[in-house]
Amino acid sequence: MSLEVEIAFTLNGRAVSAAVPATASALTVLRERFDLAGAKLVCGEGECGACTIIVDGLSRNSCLMPAVDLAGRTVRTVEGLWGERGLDPVQQAFVDTGAVQCGYCTAGMVMQIRHALDRNPAAGEAELRRAIEGNVCRCTGYAKVIEAALAAGQRMRGGGAP
Amino acid sequence: MPLAQELKPLEIDAYVDAVSLDAAVRALADGAGTPVAGGTDLWIQKDLGKRAYGRRLVNIRRVAALGGIAEEGGRIRIGALATMTEILESPLLLRAAPVLPATADRFASVQIRNAATVGGNIANASPAADMVLPLLCLDAEVELARWHENRIDRRRLPLAAFFAGPGKTRALPGELITAVSFDRPAAGSFGAFQKSGPRPALEIARVALCIAGRREGRRLTSVRIAAGAVAPTPIRCPRTEAEIEGVALDDAAIARALESLGREIAPIDDVRGSAWYRRHLAAAFLEEELGRVARS
Ligand SMILES: Cc1cc2nc3c(=O)[nH]c(=O)nc-3n(C[C@H](O)[C@H](O)[C@H](O)COP(=O)(O)OP(=O)(O)OC[C@H]3O[C@@H](n4cnc5c(N)ncnc54)[C@H](O)[C@@H]3O)c2cc1C
Repeated sequence: MSLEVEIAFTLNGRAVSAAVPATASALTVLRERFDLAGAKLVCGEGECGACTIIVDGLSRNSCLMPAVDLAGRTVRTVEGLWGERGLDPVQQAFVDTGAVQCGYCTAGMVMQIRHALDRNPAAGEAELRRAIEGNVCRCTGYAKVIEAALAAGQRMRGGGAP
Repeated sequence: MPLAQELKPLEIDAYVDAVSLDAAVRALADGAGTPVAGGTDLWIQKDLGKRAYGRRLVNIRRVAALGGIAEEGGRIRIGALATMTEILESPLLLRAAPVLPATADRFASVQIRNAATVGGNIANASPAADMVLPLLCLDAEVELARWHENRIDRRRLPLAAFFAGPGKTRALPGELITAVSFDRPAAGSFGAFQKSGPRPALEIARVALCIAGRREGRRLTSVRIAAGAVAPTPIRCPRTEAEIEGVALDDAAIARALESLGREIAPIDDVRGSAWYRRHLAAAFLEEELGRVARS
């Protein structure tokens, strides 16, 4: 049986609320109730990172996060990175570097890199490689992804395009 | 409409969002409830049919009394809801018990560390629960609470006595883990954690080993050794500890320790590795750590 729980939270800067099944994942609710299809269901087991979102400043696998835990939190999905000034530096760096191939991992990868750079804008290659240990990409071999992450860090630190 | 690959949802009759310890243990009192913390084990296992769960889901994530990492009167207490990220970044632990942050650093991925709690890691009682190993080496106690005869009934158990088998603990029905606590290690203590899996961290250990104690030249005292994924529960290795205690470490002493370890562990063959390979890894980890001391 599906019990519904009323939750209210901040989603990409907007106050939202919804009645959600008590056993639903945050991913399902974001995709199906809020039409935010950026975060993807791939493995459903926390191994691949394609469902990464940022909750109260911390990256989470939304596939394993109970939707009821969104209540009261500040949630950011890849859709919320796009701002008044256009693409987020991480998104822009992915475009410039060609770090996107099939695109399935991209939203999660961008969110995880944004999380790492929010915590340390000066993160170097070794730190960024560790930061994406939980994000699987089967196309790029990670080289362009790391290149993009380093470029984004530089841009966020005000260093302009590399 | 459920997504095609979505995990099978938990089947529940009731949901309780506990806001206090009192509310949480009351909701669990009849033993028919399932607490959820980070959800990183529960959300997967219920789907695999690996774990029986009560049909009342009790969310403990917002119970403030279950959080925090603090020291009081020489004892360090880690709340059950402390996440691996909080352990990894705790200034207190980095100073006083760095083997805990070192273990958190080898635990899963950033995303999982941001969700996974120490209480969940212990309650899940996996033979490969990483954070249990350094806690065993610190002689930690697990703090428990349940609703009994109209009040909160608390008790403490040595963590080493808490596990009853794979996925099984000695917690009473309705009992919640509230914290783990241990004496602040003496100055000059050391600890090391080693784990094997194909990737650096995001991996259920094939074998993990933790060693702690005090170094006095080429000798170790107050030696503690714990191993994961080599027995039905995470284990301490007291005979190997005794073999090493206070002995000047040389090749012969290390060989005796490795032999003893081989007798104390009982790994199995499974998809992650053969028993033979697990024995090899456990011995290699211990040899490396003891060799470091011997050569110093
Ligand atoms: C991709 C991935 C990688 C992982 N890597 C590792 C790893 O490297 N090392 C490792 O050891 N584990 C690993 N795990 C397993 C898991 O993340 C940990 O065991 C974690 O600590 C569980 O905590 P949780 O808060 O998410 O538990 P939950 O899933 O919320 O709960 C787990 C179980 O404990 C019970 N429970 C939770 N809190 C309490 C409490 N306070 N009192 C009583 N019962 C309680 C729940 O009812 C449930 O049965 C991994 C999991 C995934 C999905």
